[in-house]
Amino acid sequence: MSTDTTARGGDVQKDDSQLRQKTMIAKHYSRLAQAPDTGEKSVYTFVPGNLTELIRNFDLLPVLPEINALQSAMRGKSKEYIAAAERLGHSEDVCTYVKCDVGMKHAGNVGPTGERLPDPDLLLLSYTGCFTFMKWFEILKQEYSCPVTMLHVPYQGEGEITDSMRTYVVDQLKQKIIPALEQASGKKFDIDKLREQLARSAKAEDDLVAVLESAKNRPSPIDAYFGGVYYIGPIFTAFRGTEEAVDYYRLLKAETLQRVSEGKGPVTPDGEMDRETYRLVVEGPPNWTNFRQFWRMFAEEGAVCVASSYTKVGGVYDKGFRHDPDRPLESLAEYCLGCYTNLNLPSRVDMLTDYVREYEADGLLINSIKSCNSFSAGQLMMMREVEERTGVPGGFIESDLVDPRYFSGANIKNRLESYFQMITQRREGQMIEQQREGATA
Amino acid sequence: MSAGRIEALVAGAEALYRDYELESVKRWKERTGGLAVGFMPIYVPRELLHSQGVLPVAIMGGGDDLEIIRGDAYYQSYICHIPRSTIELGLGGKLDCLDGMLFPAICDVIRNLSGMWKLEFPDKLSRYLDVPQDFMPELGGAFYKRELLELSEELTERGAKAYDPEALRGSIGLYNRLSELVRGLYRVRRDEPWRVPTAELYCLQRAASILPVEDGIAMLAEYRELIDSDETRQPMDQARVILAGSFCEQPPLGLIKTLERSGCYIVDDDFVQVHRWLTDEVSTEGDPIDALVDAFLTKTMASPTRYCGDDSKGTELVERTEAAAAEGVLFCAPSFCDPALLDQPMAVRSIEAAGIPWTAFKYAENNGQFQVIREQAGTFADSIKLWSGV
Repeated sequence: MSTDTTARGGDVQKDDSQLRQKTMIAKHYSRLAQAPDTGEKSVYTFVPGNLTELIRNFDLLPVLPEINALQSAMRGKSKEYIAAAERLGHSEDVCTYVKCDVGMKHAGNVGPTGERLPDPDLLLLSYTGCFTFMKWFEILKQEYSCPVTMLHVPYQGEGEITDSMRTYVVDQLKQKIIPALEQASGKKFDIDKLREQLARSAKAEDDLVAVLESAKNRPSPIDAYFGGVYYIGPIFTAFRGTEEAVDYYRLLKAETLQRVSEGKGPVTPDGEMDRETYRLVVEGPPNWTNFRQFWRMFAEEGAVCVASSYTKVGGVYDKGFRHDPDRPLESLAEYCLGCYTNLNLPSRVDMLTDYVREYEADGLLINSIKSCNSFSAGQLMMMREVEERTGVPGGFIESDLVDPRYFSGANIKNRLESYFQMITQRREGQMIEQQREGATA
Repeated sequence: MSAGRIEALVAGAEALYRDYELESVKRWKERTGGLAVGFMPIYVPRELLHSQGVLPVAIMGGGDDLEIIRGDAYYQSYICHIPRSTIELGLGGKLDCLDGMLFPAICDVIRNLSGMWKLEFPDKLSRYLDVPQDFMPELGGAFYKRELLELSEELTERGAKAYDPEALRGSIGLYNRLSELVRGLYRVRRDEPWRVPTAELYCLQRAASILPVEDGIAMLAEYRELIDSDETRQPMDQARVILAGSFCEQPPLGLIKTLERSGCYIVDDDFVQVHRWLTDEVSTEGDPIDALVDAFLTKTMASPTRYCGDDSKGTELVERTEAAAAEGVLFCAPSFCDPALLDQPMAVRSIEAAGIPWTAFKYAENNGQFQVIREQAGTFADSIKLWSGV
């Protein structure tokens, strides 16, 4: 365990893996900032359905606009960026990631490390699980003078990946995406290199799954939502398929298993959690503008998020999917098709129900995001379905991704406290019931 | 004589689309024994359904007629209105006569509604119709063809007739006729907007999206005859505007009437696009499924729901404005409509570059107060009449 001091948060405890991850990401941003000098080229793309191995197969550097937006929010910059975009005519009703990104671009495209990000050499639109992505890159197309290529990933409307879907995606990879990457990079596609990359992806994915599933222990050694967003960082962004990612996840897994063997709970912003009072499954992305404050509302109550859907937006690995070097393009297609927001609602309900049962959760909490219809539309029904199937109570709070105007700390805290009280009362009621039954027997 | 008949025809059309119990659909089912399948905006290949003996029925929300009780328990306040009124219709049993629902790929809300329908109505057909955003025949075209064949098979499994290429060619011919009648009315309105008030055209289109295609053709053909011979309608000094953004959740009829009363001739719009989504006839030669696919790839309206990867984004609205000789654009989008509202800044950029005046407001399908919009549209129309060309 190391201690890292941050400017905004005071003394914050961080695992070695977290420090390693921070260094990896900082180095990547630094490399991006230097790209105009080094001649390296960049590709803007999205987290869900990202084709990181393929991008790096051509020695191109990925830039993820959603990650920039959330980083801007954590740095307290999103408010001014969103305001700038709204002054440009973007509606108050739409995705705040988009507005934050547009505002950041107009403010000089300065990234999380304070350095300017390079303009894209290619916009690679992976249209996976989110309609807004398509509009987002149409908007960026007007901002940058670079080519754009689009991978249309069909939605799993019937709850399965069909041959037709797989064929469509693979054919697009072959006929559009790879040629566009070749054009942007000036390099030829190397399938052997891709196989090696995918083998490394699968290794990292194995270790990530071991980490996520460690939350089945009591106490859980991790927080799979707030802590989880750090764990998924490298594999969801620029590092899948790299040796760095393999090393990182090996380290993270070792740390996690060590915590299990020592019976330790997760590390929170205020240190190690010493009591696990509530085990929750969480649906929906976190709020980024007040991330630590939000996390503390859980940690102070002893609430641990043992599983979350948000940590599956960039790939659902705990249900068995692995990138496969023997089926390189097919497995990339299946990866894209299988991302969480590309699953239909019945599949999402099934997954959350499984999580509640497998992780022995006390409840399902939904953080509904105002500006994310892909996640939010249908969540109230999902909550009722999971409640009915599992018998655990659902809780519902509302916030936004990166718009601080929609984070009401007092309101959320009140709702959470009421929710935790409900779980407690329910638990006590069940104990009384069991005692009665015991006495009767 | 014709004025009275027009009034009766339009009143009948309005009553038909406001009949949320779908009595006309029930009667059709009793008469034919066929399946009836609802569909959400914007477009589904109705020709295919018709060729298999299925009645396609447009479900465009509950408008301003429906009290939302259960629907609000399914959606947060920051989600548009049409899914909550649609689920209200479903839960209230008003859509029981439908054997299924199709949810075309236009946004995440309608997409997720397809899954909610599966959970809520597990015994009914509930299908998300994924349409390609790649428009190359060997990629998006091949995928779309497979989607259509899967849909056809599913309809057959539910009791519809088996796919028959000859029947499909016949259905394509009928829908070509319906679409041409609608396009013809749009041309008349563009040239002589006083002859075809938008409120009338809207009601007729809504009715035609519910009626069997043969009856829709008869209704529109009669209306066309009547307005061609009606000399009582005379031009007024109104501003010619295009209405953009109302392609999914429809505005209340009162809002359309308000805009016309505020001094605007609406000379082009995005209402009930299912009839005009395909901009030209579908071929009745060769493989009819291929013809539907080709039409989707090559003869489709530009829309915020369709990917535009080239540099032409926004220029389509400029071209429409010019083609309609419109003097301004009214952006009229439903609140929280991602496709319309994300598209708007790009469209604005293009029309501003072309020097076209515009204004924007939002609505919900159940809005009941239009005074603010009336004032805004009236001021816009006045400004066009007073200042354009100065």
